[in-house]
Amino acid sequence: MTTETQRSGGIEVEALVREFKNGPRAVDGIDLEVAQGEIYGFLGPNGAGKSTTVLMLTTLLPPTAGTARVGGFDVVEQGPQVRASIGAALQEAALDPLLTGREHMRLQTALHGLGKAERETRGNELLERVGLDYAADRKVGGYSGGMKRRLDLALALAHRPRILFLDEPTTGLDIQSRTALWEEVARLAAEDGVTVFLTTQYLEEADALANRVGIIDHGHLVAEGTPAELKAEIGRPTVEAVPREEGDRERMTAVLGRFGQGAGSSPRGVAVRLDGGESQLAEVVRALDSEGIAIERLQLHAPSLDDVFLAKTGRSLEGAGEEEPADAEPETAAPA
Amino acid sequence: MSSSLGNQVGQLARRSIVRTLRQPAQIVPAIVFPLFLLAVNTGGLKDATSLPGFPTDSYLTFILAVPFIQGALFSVMNSGTDLARDIETGFLNRLALTPLRGAALLSGLLAGATVLGVVQAVAYLAVGLIAGAEMAAGAGGALVLVLLSVTITVAFGTIGLFAALRFGSGEAVQGLFPVFFVFLFLSAMTLPLDLLTTDWFHAIASVNPVTYLLEAIRSLLIEGWNLGDLALGFGIALAIGAVGMTAASSALKSRLVRT
Repeated sequence: MTTETQRSGGIEVEALVREFKNGPRAVDGIDLEVAQGEIYGFLGPNGAGKSTTVLMLTTLLPPTAGTARVGGFDVVEQGPQVRASIGAALQEAALDPLLTGREHMRLQTALHGLGKAERETRGNELLERVGLDYAADRKVGGYSGGMKRRLDLALALAHRPRILFLDEPTTGLDIQSRTALWEEVARLAAEDGVTVFLTTQYLEEADALANRVGIIDHGHLVAEGTPAELKAEIGRPTVEAVPREEGDRERMTAVLGRFGQGAGSSPRGVAVRLDGGESQLAEVVRALDSEGIAIERLQLHAPSLDDVFLAKTGRSLEGAGEEEPADAEPETAAPA
Repeated sequence: MSSSLGNQVGQLARRSIVRTLRQPAQIVPAIVFPLFLLAVNTGGLKDATSLPGFPTDSYLTFILAVPFIQGALFSVMNSGTDLARDIETGFLNRLALTPLRGAALLSGLLAGATVLGVVQAVAYLAVGLIAGAEMAAGAGGALVLVLLSVTITVAFGTIGLFAALRFGSGEAVQGLFPVFFVFLFLSAMTLPLDLLTTDWFHAIASVNPVTYLLEAIRSLLIEGWNLGDLALGFGIALAIGAVGMTAASSALKSRLVRT
């Protein structure tokens, strides 16, 4: 499946598996391809296997089985070459609170072998690019969450990688910081041709940013495609109605149940995924009217990625990971 | 692009030193606590000099060797907790994604311990001399004493690095501190080895390497130049450092499982 494009800056994964001691398979035979310059959103709840996949693709965790090539290099056999091709901002901004932003950049650029003059230039350029030049000489311990994430991104870009791994880069950020980071990531892919592998548990993030999305659950890739393709595959919109009288809610549930399967709704409402699509809306209204149920509000929702997740896994993405353990310690690591 | 080993060590050493200097909580207790114990021991045990065979009539000079070892014990905690924090925060993974060599990481991390070792040694010696301690080996002996003290501090620091890499938690590293203090208490800390008359205590102190580290320091303070004691002290410190560094390198390989 290797093509010239992927060889230069893409990702190819075949039957990748990672097992942990005394635990389930965190990643259970996934296959995926990411082309150069593409933003690939890896969507799933906590514990689904997203971070374990990223650790394997960034050479920090050896796979139990399967193969993966990143930038044309095998992650097991050619670790140093893979690391030279990639930048990564892993879960939780891994920064030293006692160092300043500029000191972080100096250390990162020096360890990547940039010359002394280039270190300063590159460091300043990246700090400016992520909007941290004004805080470059402040200790990182005083940075906000958004500032830390932006510095994390700048550090990942220090050596001009062709492929960027971002593991839940916006978790815990306010909407403004999140949007700013989205814009920067989109620009990296569009203008610099950087391939971005982005894990997220935010539907809107995958929807807004990713060219293609892979949905992972229990270590399996359960769906893959562009957000539009995935939603079209589900195809069915959801209708949500709120009865004027609270006492009518049960009867409303029974009536709407004739038109499709139940879906997530607001606390006072009832929602179903329409088997017959949008054209059933008039029928729904007539059925409720004929039963004498007064409607306070009626809304038609287009299919979302959450609907896709629900359709593929039988669960909603919201809170789906709560029953899952977080990615465990690798069996090769020293006991913690 | 690949950075040289020297450059990597230099960069990490710089970080380690900057971190140490920006944490007064690491520096101040490592200096103040041993000096406090020095004052307490000197005040409480000064009559021990009247025991037959006691090598000096200044208990301050005798006990001044102890802060150097106590200070080195802080190095276990400081270097270990710094590295454990890097593991806990994921900073070690960040470093692992660069072309960093393991040897550079460990050597660089010990730079902070070295700087702290120099500061501690100079502080203990200055306070001791101001308070009236003798320095039989003169100015040259003072320099060798600082060098020996730094060697011991770095050697103990490698054990901190090993513990951090093996257990991955700052709490586990801090848990070692009392264990090391037991080694100090079961040595010829307060009396010369020959004057420890309780058999079991004498037996333990005789095989406890800390005894010989203390004797090497004391030789400079009390006797002048005793090359045998100095060679033994430096030898033990270097051996501890070699064992610690080997164990830390091995633990690093398990901790850094990058392919």
